Amino acid sequence: MSALTLYDKVWRDHLVKDYEDGTSLLYIDRHLVQEVSSPQAFAGLIAQNRALRRPDAHVAVADHAVPTRNRARPLPDGLAARQVSRLQENATRFGIPYIPMRDRRHGIVHVIGPELGFTLPGATLVCGDSHTCTHGAFGALAFGIGASECECIFATQTLRQRKQKRMRVTLDGRLPAGVTVKDVILALIGTIGTGGGVGHAIEYAGEAVRALSMEERMTLCNMSIEAGSRVGMVAPDETTFAYLEGRPLAPRGAEWDAARAAWRALATDPDAVFDREVRLDVGALAPRISWGTTPEENLPITAAVPDPDAEPDPERRARMRRSLAYMGLEPGRRLDEIPIDRVFIGSCTNGRIEDLRLAARVVAGRSVAPTVQAIVVPGSAGVRLQAEAEGLDRIFRAAGFEWRESGCSMCVAMNDDRLAPGERCASTSNRNFEGRQGKGGRTHLMSPAMAAAAAIAGRLADVRSLA
Amino acid sequence: MQPFRSVTSVAAPLPEADLDTDIIFPARFLLLLDREGLGRHLFHERRHKADAPPFVLDRPPFDRARILVTGRNFGGGSSREQAVWALADFGIRVVLAESFGEIFHANCFRNGVLPIVLPAEDQARAMAAAGTGAPMTVDLESETIALPDGAILRFAIDPYRRRALLAGLDEIGAILADDAAAIDAFEARQRRTAPWLHLARDRLAFFDDLNRAPDGAEPESRAEAG
Repeated sequence: MSALTLYDKVWRDHLVKDYEDGTSLLYIDRHLVQEVSSPQAFAGLIAQNRALRRPDAHVAVADHAVPTRNRARPLPDGLAARQVSRLQENATRFGIPYIPMRDRRHGIVHVIGPELGFTLPGATLVCGDSHTCTHGAFGALAFGIGASECECIFATQTLRQRKQKRMRVTLDGRLPAGVTVKDVILALIGTIGTGGGVGHAIEYAGEAVRALSMEERMTLCNMSIEAGSRVGMVAPDETTFAYLEGRPLAPRGAEWDAARAAWRALATDPDAVFDREVRLDVGALAPRISWGTTPEENLPITAAVPDPDAEPDPERRARMRRSLAYMGLEPGRRLDEIPIDRVFIGSCTNGRIEDLRLAARVVAGRSVAPTVQAIVVPGSAGVRLQAEAEGLDRIFRAAGFEWRESGCSMCVAMNDDRLAPGERCASTSNRNFEGRQGKGGRTHLMSPAMAAAAAIAGRLADVRSLA
Repeated sequence: MQPFRSVTSVAAPLPEADLDTDIIFPARFLLLLDREGLGRHLFHERRHKADAPPFVLDRPPFDRARILVTGRNFGGGSSREQAVWALADFGIRVVLAESFGEIFHANCFRNGVLPIVLPAEDQARAMAAAGTGAPMTVDLESETIALPDGAILRFAIDPYRRRALLAGLDEIGAILADDAAAIDAFEARQRRTAPWLHLARDRLAFFDDLNRAPDGAEPESRAEAG
């Protein structure tokens, strides 16, 4: 038998059948259900009078539309309240566990899946949310789907798919001080472009990946979709097992031993061949900042706003002009001279405990600039409680940050956490699209450490110069 | 699903790259629970911009366009199927682009919308032809686009997706009808080889205290649900 990659092995283990036209029926083990992509899927199921095949394969939680403060009160927004209650009604009707927003297990789907041990190596996991690639950090084959596909999972526990090509991103070297895995993924997207991974399942490999914690691997895999790939995976290893052991839904006892043995065998065979190989030396990187309205438009903080006139490709030039006009930036301006109005630390990209520790280290003993409104939104109640136990909330509050409750918050601006038109935000989220953080809002993507530095400086700032 | 065979229509030219699903359908409208009637929020910010000329889809003859011609990486970003529902509700049945976001691309096929990937040269010809305001014909059976000047562009669609669109296939119904035994067999096998992927009663007990307490507004109506 020929050599296989991690992706090949998980695919093989979930193949129900191959069709003659080259598509395959893939079995899906786990489905995270949220309020935005599920109401129409449940409605379809009900309209067709179809049963939900496997209630034990789903967990439901409202993360996008929930407020991050005043949770003791009823939801104020009529539409949001209706959406959240619809999810609970559907979950109850079909026998799926529903985690309420005031529960200790609440959080962003991509934060709580791993926390609960719902996410496992070698599993197939989907969610009606593009950042489902986050779970690939565990060696799961995890990808975002649309609402119609959610309906298909409810009814059949399968999806008809065509296998992706395989792409390996090898990260060499060691991260320099002040540089994080967020800077690595931004640099990768800047290199291969937002379409660079289209049609491919990415595997992240190399010494720099092996050295990453699970939280860091999740940040890395999370933004695979920003490089165009639905799938970003890391082979499970001792770091993975140490994270998962003892999690509430993870296997235990003899089953844990059997699972771990199976997971060890998932690593890509040494002589396996990828359709595309990319290498990046992380030792040469500096902290990065996005300047435009697509994640690929990012540069080291030491750079200046680029000049569209220097871009030879006309489509790219037009794209840059549109970005600069929306962002209100002039070519040639130093990035570290751009003042900001807001800071957002959170999201499924950077809302985990290590992210908050990193930001708190920068913030400790300093104050948020008086011109800046800054919020910290833990990715889950679990993260919030852990941070509070460590006293991180007191560090943030003392510096002038607001300390919120878990949810997607200002990454997607579906609740009342959003930018006003023209406001500029230093954000640890994943997308700097037009209007992403609120109509007319301007987003600069960066690491938690860099967002913390920006909050203190009142402008985009190099965290290394604060140290 | 509505079958797709052939569309003859003026084509709206939208020569921009990277029109992501946040631009196609802004997130604040995702609070709506239905898939119908979303066309009024399509490209909402672009269509309600102060001090700007009317958006292409609001200008005759393109306000009746059923074909959209646009730049590379159309529909990237969020997986929101609302982007496709909004296009379809507006009347768009075909999108021509150099490349697409993958999840958007997959979502199109489940809603009777045909996303066509064209090489740069053909995309430029289609864009120029769209600008004339004359109708073109997109035919899925023959995988051709007939431009107003009579020129023919060829495209290729995944054979399964093509058949499904032509037939207006109910994919879920087809899987349930044809593959239920294969799924049963797979599940039985997996329960033996990887039992940890099936949450047993003792593990699910972790959730036993849920689905009881009300959460936020209207607790009474929720208590009655189900």
